[in-house]
Amino acid sequence: MLVHDRFARWTVWGLFAALVLPLFLLPLGVIAAAAFSTSWSGVLPSGPTLDNFAGVTRGGSLEALRVSAVTAAVASLLALTAGTWAALVATSLRRRGRAVLDALFMLPVAVPTVVVGLALLVAFSRPPILLNGTQAIVVIAHTVLVTAFAYQSVSAALDRLDPVYSQVAASLGAKPARVLLQVRLPLLLPALGAAAGLCFALSMGELSATMMLYPPDWMPLPVRIFAATDRGALFSGAASALVLMATTLVVLLLLSRVRTRASFR
Amino acid sequence: MGIRFDHVSVAYGDTVVLDDLDLTVDPGGFTALLGPSGSGKTTALRAVAGFVRPASGRVLIGGRDVTDLPPYARGVGMVVQSYALFPHMRVDQNVAFGLRAQGVPRREVAGRVEEALGMTGMADYARRHPRELSGGQQQRVAISRALAIRPRVLLLDEPLSALDAQLRSDMLAELARLHRELPDVTVLYVTHDQSEALTLADRVAVLDRARLREHGTPRELYGRPRAAFTARFVGGANLLPARLTGGRVHCLGAVLDADPADLPPGASDGDDLRVCLRPHRVALGEAEHTLEGVVSDVQWRGSTHRVTALVGGHPVTAELRETPAPPEPGSTVTLGFTRRDAVLLTPEEAS
Repeated sequence: MLVHDRFARWTVWGLFAALVLPLFLLPLGVIAAAAFSTSWSGVLPSGPTLDNFAGVTRGGSLEALRVSAVTAAVASLLALTAGTWAALVATSLRRRGRAVLDALFMLPVAVPTVVVGLALLVAFSRPPILLNGTQAIVVIAHTVLVTAFAYQSVSAALDRLDPVYSQVAASLGAKPARVLLQVRLPLLLPALGAAAGLCFALSMGELSATMMLYPPDWMPLPVRIFAATDRGALFSGAASALVLMATTLVVLLLLSRVRTRASFR
Repeated sequence: MGIRFDHVSVAYGDTVVLDDLDLTVDPGGFTALLGPSGSGKTTALRAVAGFVRPASGRVLIGGRDVTDLPPYARGVGMVVQSYALFPHMRVDQNVAFGLRAQGVPRREVAGRVEEALGMTGMADYARRHPRELSGGQQQRVAISRALAIRPRVLLLDEPLSALDAQLRSDMLAELARLHRELPDVTVLYVTHDQSEALTLADRVAVLDRARLREHGTPRELYGRPRAAFTARFVGGANLLPARLTGGRVHCLGAVLDADPADLPPGASDGDDLRVCLRPHRVALGEAEHTLEGVVSDVQWRGSTHRVTALVGGHPVTAELRETPAPPEPGSTVTLGFTRRDAVLLTPEEAS
């Protein structure tokens, strides 16, 4: 603790609570409260019920959750593979090549997601590559959007990885493939876990690009939540949002367990 | 298998980090590359391992040109200062790594691992992870891992630098024993610590500012250094300004005979020279040659007193054993030495 004085310590905690509670926790709490209510006319929601969740299971929200989870899982896996591969290549490049690669992978982050969605729509709406209206285009869009984050977190971890491990492994007679699979990737596992969690969470919440691209048979949960609230079904939307939050959180917790087990030092 | 540096130069961009190194390590020899940081010694070792590519020159191992071979094809064992044990593998898996990589038959691996760990006394720790070991134990495992592949060349890069003094002296003895037990293994040992080099190596190559300054047995380098840098870096020495006049050497008031064989090559009348004197070869009182000075500093070092006197403005250090009454700072002393202990050198080039 950097603050030693008792009074000062309480003040700092108070300030922290005053900033964090309304900004982060309160909105989430409101969604949770709304998910269990039928009406909200006073200060607090009223009419406690579980019917909203019955709506989740009945109204296709579970199917939307499955679509979201599959999309996020596939997109994260693709992004992690591409991002890791690119990061590995980047470390072996000279300064200029590395700068080019860094800039390339920054693009999807710098460009608004709506523009990325539009770009994919325009690019793949006519032959030779016709993907408009397919499930694949949603997955591709998510992959494009999250690869940048995978690339960045893996290359940050690679920068911190002491090259001496690979060198000693090579001196012991290990060819590059063996060094990669048995030394470098295991040492990167914590970073890969973190990157996977980040990609998954981002993909689970993606709305703007998805809105432009999703076909009727592949509607992810955020789109469904948006549609519900748009037509005034606030409480069932809140229930779906809570389910989305809980699922993402569970996956992140599982991934962080992998991560702690993988961090050896 | 011997190692040969055939005029090897290494440069990063415009910076030359190793300049025309020409050096041969005999098969089964133990050569130390000794030098301060930035002298190029680690670069030389990395050139043998294959981690840097020489800008010019060739590296040969056992007479075979390995300059263009990738590191994994060179068959050298390597131990680094940070140990670099793979943290996600147990000790036995670390040692087995090289054996698996080299395609040693599965049924032989366990025996070879046990043998390698036995050599460093680490057999009882096979099932532990590196993080559960102390620094010294990790270093032993790293040595076992390098020896398991039965390399004919072993590269040691400052292997003792991360250990504390007591452990370092234990490991020094251990390394000397391993070298005796494995006479076929050629060792290249990089260090900045002259005592490690003098203790372990049968040949020492002194590097400074990317160049090889001197190469010889520890005894030659210590007793008869040919370069002022070597004299200073190996063992510490007084380097006193002197001038060659009329066939004799005039040094801070003392006049020394100079047999042509004692003079550095190329020295001629009127040249500036340096007289190299080891501090423990300088005594108080009358002797064959004497220097008059004023004591500026006295340090007690347990078994010795280290007395520094200014002779004509130039500090001269004497290491005196068991002196009951060391001179007081400010007093005038006579420092004596014999001609035999003085080595004549050319002055160091300015950096």
